[in-house]
Amino acid sequence: MNDSFLLDGETIPFSPGQTVMQAAAAAGKYIPHLCWHPDFAPHGSCRLCIVRIGGRYATACTVGAARGQVVENRSEAIDAERRTLLQLLFVEGNHFCPSCEKSGDCVLQATAYEMGMLTPHFDHFYPDRPLDASHPEVLLEFNRCILCELCVRASRDVDRKNVFALAGRGLRSHLIVNSESGRLADTDFAATDRAAAVCPVGAILKKRVGFAMPIGKRTYDPRPIGKSHEPGTREDE
Amino acid sequence: MSFELETASATPGKLRRVAIDPVSRVEGHGKVTILLDEHGKVQQVRLHIVEFRGFERFVQGRPYWELPVMVQRLCGICPVSHHLAASKALDLIVGADRLTPTADKMRRLMHYGQILQSHALHFFHLSSPDLLLGFDSEVTKRNIAGVVEKYPEIAKKGILLRKYGQELIRLTAGKRVHGTGSVPGGVNRSLTAAERRLLLDDAARTIAWSGDAVGLIRELHAQDPALYDHFGAFPSNFMGMVAADGSLDLYHGALRAKDADGNILFDQVDYRTYDALITEEVKPWTYMKFPYLSSLGPERGWYKVGPLARVQNCDRIPTPLAEHARREFLAHGAGRPMHGALGNHWARMIEMLFAAETIEALLHDEALEGSELVVAGERRREGVGVIEAPRGTLFHHYQVGDDDLVTMANLIVATTHNNQAMNAAVREVAKKYLDGRAITEGLLNRIEVAIRAYDPCLSCATHALGQMPLEVALLDAEGNELDCKYRA
Repeated sequence: MNDSFLLDGETIPFSPGQTVMQAAAAAGKYIPHLCWHPDFAPHGSCRLCIVRIGGRYATACTVGAARGQVVENRSEAIDAERRTLLQLLFVEGNHFCPSCEKSGDCVLQATAYEMGMLTPHFDHFYPDRPLDASHPEVLLEFNRCILCELCVRASRDVDRKNVFALAGRGLRSHLIVNSESGRLADTDFAATDRAAAVCPVGAILKKRVGFAMPIGKRTYDPRPIGKSHEPGTREDE
Repeated sequence: MSFELETASATPGKLRRVAIDPVSRVEGHGKVTILLDEHGKVQQVRLHIVEFRGFERFVQGRPYWELPVMVQRLCGICPVSHHLAASKALDLIVGADRLTPTADKMRRLMHYGQILQSHALHFFHLSSPDLLLGFDSEVTKRNIAGVVEKYPEIAKKGILLRKYGQELIRLTAGKRVHGTGSVPGGVNRSLTAAERRLLLDDAARTIAWSGDAVGLIRELHAQDPALYDHFGAFPSNFMGMVAADGSLDLYHGALRAKDADGNILFDQVDYRTYDALITEEVKPWTYMKFPYLSSLGPERGWYKVGPLARVQNCDRIPTPLAEHARREFLAHGAGRPMHGALGNHWARMIEMLFAAETIEALLHDEALEGSELVVAGERRREGVGVIEAPRGTLFHHYQVGDDDLVTMANLIVATTHNNQAMNAAVREVAKKYLDGRAITEGLLNRIEVAIRAYDPCLSCATHALGQMPLEVALLDAEGNELDCKYRA
């Protein structure tokens, strides 16, 4: 096979223009990620998809696939780095999986299980982030936002509404809503928008349907995210 | 107001203080303090709940559909009770006035599975070491492992009874502990035919073993009636839920209360009016409130809930073996209500038998395999849900704003209802066993036995987490600590 590279020793075919992540996903191989989604332009911000190519680190969602590449993905050393990134995300927000309706469907939770994260390790920030329940059909739970910007991209590129954006810098970065009041109810956001169904965590939720899916039938109940054929695409099913 | 021995009348500086802190084989953290005067006579006894209560506050501002999953984290022993009480309150909020047959039966199966496992745990794992091995037996062996060693058949049945209850919960709620099966307006799952058959396979054995457990506690009463009938005994009112025909129903019904002589105080009261029935008194020395029947006032209005109250509060039990056992129990009281703390265990095993019979009957119902799981109707802002949890009547009351967020929560759990009863039981035991005697492990354990007869779940009442150890401190007449015993 001419256009192929090695991912953890396995041959992965690719088409011209594909990234390492796209080629791996097409081949059913899992590279951990949070902000990448097959329907949107790569963002490269969560850093979970970091791999080593020829001894150098690169984000698999942004680096192009090339013939003869040797890509190291699921080594213990790289997974340890990913675990640390996940721990940082968990302590920066308020992620209480036991009472979260996204539990079992959450990419953050599933990835943390996959990476073997057993404790948060760092001190919790316990930020004070009030909910926005103003919209009649959709709840914004800012405590769980991981700043992946998938909703920003979906609202801008698919819905053509620009409802969401990130504001602030560094630790003060946060999701905002594009209305004078800052409330979702005062935008033209609709529950049928693509942005309403793209959140990988429990930050954007359809109201009044939480826990309708029984334990055992949630996305990651039958198989962990690392074994998912198309990881991270549950929201499109 | 203050009850006898609640507050010492003598000068505090002249009293010696004994504190049992923490209380063991009970979930949560409890502490008992006993003040003795210069002659070693008990002047004051208090059961303190020293954990902080927080759930009612931090569920405010959360979306209402999270409640059944969130509030069950109050407890690891009977989370299903909170799961279902919250769901029942939310049924009213989403306008689900009548659930589908599948949802109603799935919830009942979950609840009676919970009653079965929790009563088995309470009796066999937590209390039988005291009853079978003796209050004064070696403390290192006075536990379920000690029971396994000396009475392996009894221990095996207790452990497997609990396991069966846990399996019922797993198949109705999704997990053995902290599942998600009940949602506002119904349930999110039903049983498959294979699951129903699997559970039916062990139903008859469960009834037989529950019957054996009733026989065991009845025999213990017969062997030492002086102890079993009078230990921690004191008259009080009873309160609990009964069905419309007055029979025992632990999932749904209306409130009934009787006085200490068995006369009905009120009957068939809609539980949604609970706040007109009950007042909660706050005392400065404990985080746990003291509820009482408003019509009778704090002095005469306090009451017991739980198995002892329920079995004597109902007119009958609607399953044959448990009803027969109830009649035997009443006959033992010779026409008078039984008030001894250890009577709770006998009544508990009768209820376990009732749960086992109810479970078998439910499992024969094909509605458990139905597909209509949830209903909804006109949205309301307020809902009250009540269920008879293993330890007694459990109230969940919520208000929800138009934005779907919780604005108010009030929970009254069984332990809180029994707060005054447990204090009274501890005072009775302290008066009888501690006056002028040396402080021994066995004496301290009698205090714990009295608490444990009502409740292994003190954390529930303050909505805190953790295990319940027991600490006892002894103070001299000047208030200085002379001795302190800590049992983890």
